[in-house]
Parts: sequence; structure tokens; C-alpha cells
Amino acid sequence: MTDTDLKIHSIETFGTSDGPGIRLVVFTQGCLFRCVYCHNPDSQDLETPEMRDLALAELLKLLENQKPYFGNLGGLTFSGGEPTVQASKLLEYLPKIQAAGFNVALDTCGGVWTSVVNQLYDQVDLVILDVKHIDPVWHQKLTGQSNLTVLKNAAYREQTGKPMWLRYVLVPGWTDQPEFLHQWGKTFQTYKSVQRVEILPYHNLGVYKYHQLGRKYQLEGVEPPTIKQIKIAELIFRQYFKTVVVH
Amino acid sequence: MSRSSAFKLNLWNQQINLRDFVFTNMTPYDGDESFLSQATPKTQQLWDECLDLLKKEAAAGGVLDIDTETIPGITSHKPGYIDQNLEKILGLQTDKPLKRAVKPFGGWRVVKQACEENGRTLSPQIIEIFSKYRKTHNDGVFDAYTPEMRLLRKTGLITGLPDNYARGRIIGDYRRLALYGTTKLIQAKEADKLALNGSMTDEVIKLREEISEQIKALGLIQEMAASYGFDVSKPAETAQEAIQWTYFAYLAAIKEQDGAAMSLGNVSSFFDIYIERDLAAGNLTEPEAQELVDHFVMKLRLVRHLRMSEYNQLFSGDPTWVTEAIGGLWETGQHKITKTAYRFLQTLYNLGPAPEPNLTILWSEKLPENFKKFAAKVSIDTSSLQYENDQLMSEFGKTDDYSIACCVSMMETGKEMQFFGARCNLAKTLLLALNEGKDELTGALVVPDIKPLSAGAMNLAEVQERFAKTMAFVAENYVDTMNVIHYMHDKYYYEQAQMAFMDSKVKRNMALGLAGLSVVTDSLAAIKFAQVTPIRNDLNLTTGFEIKGDFPMFGNDDDRADSIAQDLVGAFNLELSKHHIYRDAIPTMSVLTITSNVVYGKKTGATPDGRKKGEAFAPGANPMHGRDSSGAIASLNSVAKIDYAQARDGISNTFSIVPQALGSNRPDQIVNLVSLLDGYFEKKAHHLNVNVLNKETLLDAIEHPEKYPQLTVRVSGYAVNFIRLTLDQQREVIARTFHDKM
Repeated sequence: MTDTDLKIHSIETFGTSDGPGIRLVVFTQGCLFRCVYCHNPDSQDLETPEMRDLALAELLKLLENQKPYFGNLGGLTFSGGEPTVQASKLLEYLPKIQAAGFNVALDTCGGVWTSVVNQLYDQVDLVILDVKHIDPVWHQKLTGQSNLTVLKNAAYREQTGKPMWLRYVLVPGWTDQPEFLHQWGKTFQTYKSVQRVEILPYHNLGVYKYHQLGRKYQLEGVEPPTIKQIKIAELIFRQYFKTVVVH
Repeated sequence: MSRSSAFKLNLWNQQINLRDFVFTNMTPYDGDESFLSQATPKTQQLWDECLDLLKKEAAAGGVLDIDTETIPGITSHKPGYIDQNLEKILGLQTDKPLKRAVKPFGGWRVVKQACEENGRTLSPQIIEIFSKYRKTHNDGVFDAYTPEMRLLRKTGLITGLPDNYARGRIIGDYRRLALYGTTKLIQAKEADKLALNGSMTDEVIKLREEISEQIKALGLIQEMAASYGFDVSKPAETAQEAIQWTYFAYLAAIKEQDGAAMSLGNVSSFFDIYIERDLAAGNLTEPEAQELVDHFVMKLRLVRHLRMSEYNQLFSGDPTWVTEAIGGLWETGQHKITKTAYRFLQTLYNLGPAPEPNLTILWSEKLPENFKKFAAKVSIDTSSLQYENDQLMSEFGKTDDYSIACCVSMMETGKEMQFFGARCNLAKTLLLALNEGKDELTGALVVPDIKPLSAGAMNLAEVQERFAKTMAFVAENYVDTMNVIHYMHDKYYYEQAQMAFMDSKVKRNMALGLAGLSVVTDSLAAIKFAQVTPIRNDLNLTTGFEIKGDFPMFGNDDDRADSIAQDLVGAFNLELSKHHIYRDAIPTMSVLTITSNVVYGKKTGATPDGRKKGEAFAPGANPMHGRDSSGAIASLNSVAKIDYAQARDGISNTFSIVPQALGSNRPDQIVNLVSLLDGYFEKKAHHLNVNVLNKETLLDAIEHPEKYPQLTVRVSGYAVNFIRLTLDQQREVIARTFHDKM
């Protein structure tokens, strides 16, 4: 990747599910995980013909145009793809965005552990960390990578003392084992940084993209969780966390 | 005086001045909705009876009954009831609920046809009277129309003209009947008339005659109220009376007139003063107060006018635009939210969601947080509210006591009226410029002396030069058409009841309008930034356009396109203001189509933006369907750029979103909708219709995608445009999105 501007997949000007308030969500290009349920497989590769550059000046202009909608809560969220794949670029953009008065959230899978990513974690206003499975073997099966760096990143953010939201994608048969949900809860229940835990029920709306890309969809036939399945997971998490939100 | 002395006195006691009365006596409310009451058993029973009638009406094809024999007026029908034992607020347009009156003063042929379309026959006696002895508005207009006006009308350049039914849009200050009673109001009108002396110019003679008509109307209203057992010669004393009196004043208007839009005004804060007083005196309980508001709103939901099917195509869904404006700030900065503002919104729960009355929130960032959140909640639950920018309107209109005419147009209550000016098809006006002034569909010459374009790809300067000419021609004839219509309306179908509740010397606006803004904007952007070559038929008329290259489109917060829209609005507004206007009215312009964008589209050939022949325009100032691909905020920002100073009659934007796209849970959704409204109006935008859609709506969107251009579906971390999904995907979204209800 050339060292020019941030490579992005797309922009959502009215983001309401990736952090508090109304947010400008920048979906960056490239991810190191290959989650079996990924609904944006077209954002996984580091280079695609469809991706585009987003210069800092353009990003600042977009934010300025949107400022009145942010109120006290909203701001900018870097999502992906996996934004920390381009951590240096984010770190370069970040001070200027924050200096202009914008709240910045980082929506991440926690898969990259470097000193640059540490610095990002030091500086962003909110980390939204997706801990996809608490069991390393299942995590590997689900994403193609171990959860070791994810847990290290979680612990790192905790020691910064700054706020964090944790996310969990609920996939029947893959991530809904009660024992692992309890273990997930126990791991993070003492974290003072965790303000909110979000359950994202799995959906299969991205399936058509796999067909477009000519790729096999590994969760073919897996149905979204039922209300009951979601409720069970929610009740388990509620034993450990005060604020649990189901998307 | 009796109990009225309990009110704080001020100017209102010396002159007709409702603003002063409400300002002096209103109790602002900053609390939340927890005080509200559910529907009482009486309300439930009465509403069930109404629902039953509404079902019968739908089963009968949309019209339950017509009184084909009576020439309607304020006292033409004996009292009508839904269920006299249950009703707290009395009065119907005819002797039975949902029975429609024929209104031949606008034009008897229309009424005859409407009767026939519904399997009825208009009384031969009425036909005889209105064809032989009493001229109608419609006959007057056609006596005066020029060939050019007829041509513009026929080609669809101007459509929806009020030349065969009532013009509507006038809002009487119906509160006046309750505060003063007819005796005082007649005295004031007599005094106005007496002061109109000196040189008998046309205008003075006209006004003297009109005031006399208004005085007669007040007498008739007194008689009508008496038939229901009330004496409205005196001011109302209780909350029930205040609501009843106000309703009688409005009822007189809708008995007499069948205007497309007949707004109610801004009555909630006025009612609240009486309700607060009765509550404080122990004469009323909260459930009883809510019952009064519920019963009043029920009446407003039963307002009906008889329409031809041609009219229904233009304004579909049998709308009546009983618009009630709620909220805003006084010029002192004090907000105008009362408990009765809440009670009005509560009717959407007690009686279920409904399009009428058209509840409009005059939004300000400074409204109490509690109310903002409650309104957002009601929007999310019912999709029944619209929002308008209070600061913008009160600054431009220089008043803090105003109502909304029809959908979006501000009018100082009781002091300002508008001549409804329908709208002009700007997209078709552009096509005239590309076709030597000829109608692109028929080849009929409309605008003379338009030179042909050079062959090949179009040149922007050439197009703009011709477009300026066709725009000037159309604007002039459009204004003149409206002058004819309103001259005749005043002459043959004068609104004596409504005008009785307005100042004798009113401010008048000519509310003109344009349709097809986003189509023309994108067309000019295409010609400017891409290569657009017309495809022509044997008659050398454009049938399509070949577009090579990309071009910016309106709705993406892209100044390259948005500035074209801004310039267009300014240019057309300037053209309209160049001409003489009947009764020295001030020309105002709207960017508003209601549902006529579909009909306008049908009458318009293919346009240079790639829109196909017959395809619907986007509604109002909305970006064209599916072209606002940069997200909701970018789309809102584009519309917000249109300058309200150039479109004082209003800039309408319709925003549709599913609850999940507003946020993942209800508290987030409410907070985000409040932020969205705060942000949009801080951008100096004028109006927003907010649709937060439920499952039924999504199903409807599958059947009618054109109605939901912006419907957004969040799929956690990513968003999709609902109508772009395949049918199977749409079904999946419906299944998934409504998990919690299945």
C-alpha cells in the first residue's frame, strides 16, 4: 500500500449504530480477519478496484458539513474493513480531527497489536472492540486468527482508563455456547472502561456479495438467531454488565 | 365580565388580538409526558363507531354518502351527530358523519361528475340554478382565460389549478369565536367597515362588500351553533366551550368551502389556557381534558370533501390538510409548549396514527428537551408528524403567532392569507427550451421564438439562454393565470366564514410553486459536466438523451450540483416577482408537490438527467429517487442549501427511515432523531416530513418503491437502500427487522 491517503471502502453520513449519537462512519479498506459471517467481504482485501482515497482535508470538510447533527454525542467513527490495518495513517489524521473538536471512535476487531495501534488506543475517544469469541480455538475457526491480540488490546485500552464498548456477533451454533458466553462475561466484568456491551444478532444480508465476488459463503444455511436465542445471550451478559444493548 | 375576568388582561381586552391573549395567559410546560391520560371509555366507544363508519366508507369505494340535493352553506343542514350521547364536541359538515356535501359554487360540472363517478345523480334543480341563475367560479375563470393560459393548462405546464373547486389555503383565526363571541366580532367588523370611507376605489368597494359578507357569516354561525344548543354570541367560558366554539368557527369554513387544504391554525396553546383554568378550579380532570381533545381531533379526522377522480390522482388519499401548528418560541425566547401540545400528540396513541389533523411541530433547538424527545418518540411510533423551522419562519415572517397553510406555508394567524397558486412544471419548461418552444410530447408550439439548438452534444450556454426565455414566458403566463383564478374566486366563491375570523385588511401572498427541481438540477448538471446528446423523433422532438460521462447529482452535499438547484430556485422566483399580481399580493414560491409529482412526471417526456418519459418526479425539493447515494445527512444537507428567502412558501423534504436505522434501541432512536432535527434546522432548512417506517410500510415499499426513495436499512455496520434490494432480500429484511414483533 502506498503511503498517500487513507484507503476507504465507503462512507456512511448517517451512522447510528457504530458509537453514540449521529456519526460519520468511514469504512476503511482491508482486514486481516476472514470472519465466516463477514457481511462486507468486499472490504477485506487491502486493494480493490472500487476503493478510494480519503484525504484528511476532505474528511475534515465532511465532518464540518455534518457538525450540527452531532449534538453532544456524535462524531466520527473509523470502521471497516479493519481500521487498525492503516493505523499509521489514522494516527496521522487523528490529532487534527480531535483538535477541530470532533469526537472519534474506533470500531475494531482488535486483531493488530503494534506500538502504533497502542498509540491509537491511547488517543481515540471511544474504542468499540469486537471480541468475536472468548475461546481461542473457536476464534480461530471463526476469523482465521487467534484472539490473543484481541484480548491484549482489550487489556491495553482498560489500562488507559478511557471508555470502551464491547461487541459480540451472535451466530447460532458458532458463538452462542452458554459456557463461552459466561467466560466472555467473566473476562470483562471487572473492566472499568466498559460502558456498554452490544449484541449484534447475525444476519445473512451480505450473502449476495459472496456470490458477486464468486466466493463460497461458509455459513450457508445458518439462520439468524431467534428472539429466544438472543434473549438467552442477553440474560447471560446482563449477569456481568449493567448496560447490554441488542442491535 | 363573568369568569373571563379571571384571565390576565392586556391588549386583547381592547382589540381583537389573539396573540396577546395567548402570550399573556399561557402556561409553558417543561415536564414530560407522564401526566397524559389514555382514552376514556366514552372516547373508545365513540372512536369505535367512527372506525366502523370509516370501514364502511372504504368498502363503499371511498365515498360513503353524498347529499346531492342541498346547496351547502353554514346553516344548510340540520344538526348531525355520530352518537349524541357520547360526543363532547358537536357538529358535522352535513346531517350525518362522512356524508359529503356538493359544493357547486366552485363549478357545478365538477360536482356533477363527482356524483356520477360515485353512482349518484346531482339534483337537476341544482344544475338549473348554477347553469342559469348563479354563475360559478369555474365559469368565470374560463370566460377570462387567454389561449396561452389554456395551452399551459392543457400541456401540463401548470396543473392542479383551483379553477373548478375552492382554492383553500386560507386559515381563519378560529380562536376568535371562542375568545370574543359573535357579538363582539360583529361590532369590530362594523367599526372596520365604517372606517372604510373616502374615495370609492375598486378595492374599497370590494372590501366594504366583503366585510358585509363576513358579518352575515358571523350571524349564520351564531344560528348554526344555536341549532346544536350553544350561544356563541358570547365568549366561551369553559374549556369545553372554548374547543366547541373554535370548532364551530372551523366547521362553518368547511361547510361553506371545499378548498384542497383548509388548515386549523395554532389552537393548542389557546385551548390550554381554558383547560388549565378548569383544572385549577376543579371543574375538569386530566382524563376529561384529554377526552375533549380526543373528541375534537376525531371531528377533524372526519372532515370530507367531494372530489372528482381526476383530483384524487393529483392529491391521492383523500387528504384535507387540517393542519395544526404546535410549538415554536415567542419573540421573547419563551417556548410555546403547553400540556395541550402533549395532549394533541397523545391523540395519535388514543385514536391511533392518522394523517389528519396534519400535526406540525414548529421546531426550535430551544424547545424543552422533554417535548423534543416526546415528539421524536411519537414520530418513531406513528410517522404522523412533520417538522418546520420555527426560527427561520418567525424571523422572515416577523411574527411569533403563525399557522401553517396546507403542508408547509407559514401565515400569520388571522392577519395573513395566501392565494393558492398550484405549481409550475419546471422540467417541462426546460424541455420547451430544447424543442424550439414546442411541447415535447405533442409538438404543439407553446413558447414562440425559441431557436433550435446546435446539433450534437448540448452546449450549456445555448441551453441556458433558451431556458431563461421559456422560463420567463411560462412564469408570466402562470402568474396571469393565477390572477384570473383568484379574481374570479373572490367574485363567485368568496370565503365569508373564514375571512370573518381575519383582520379586515389582510396581508396577501400569491403562493406560486415549482415542481421538478431535482430533475432540472440534475439535467443541467448532466449537460454541464457530461456529454448529453438529444435523441429526436421525426418531428425533431426529444424522445431521450444519450449521456456520456459522470455528473454530480443533487442530494449528495456536492456544491457542483447543489448550487444549480439554488440558482434555479432564485431565478424562477425572480421571474415570478416581475409581474403584476392580483390585489397587490406578494409573490411567494414553494418547492412542494404533495403527491402531484407523479402526475407531473406522467405529463413530461424524457429529461437530460436520464429520467425516462412518464417517470415520476421526486416529491417537493427531494433529490431524485435513488440518486442521493451519499447517505441521509448528505441528502438533507443538499436540500438545506436551498435558500428559504427565495422560497418563502416553503421547501418540502420527505425523509423516510426505518427505526433500526435511527439507532439500535428506542432511547438511542429518540436521541438521534432529536439530533437529526436540531442539525437539519441549524443548517437553515425549512421543512422535514419524518417517516419512521414499520413492517406494513416496508411491505408497501415493495409494492410502491417510488414512494420510498430514501428508505434506509441498517444491517449493523453497513447500510443499504431498501428499494435496491432484491425481493428476496427485502423479505429477509422484513423478517429480520421485525423480529421483536413476530
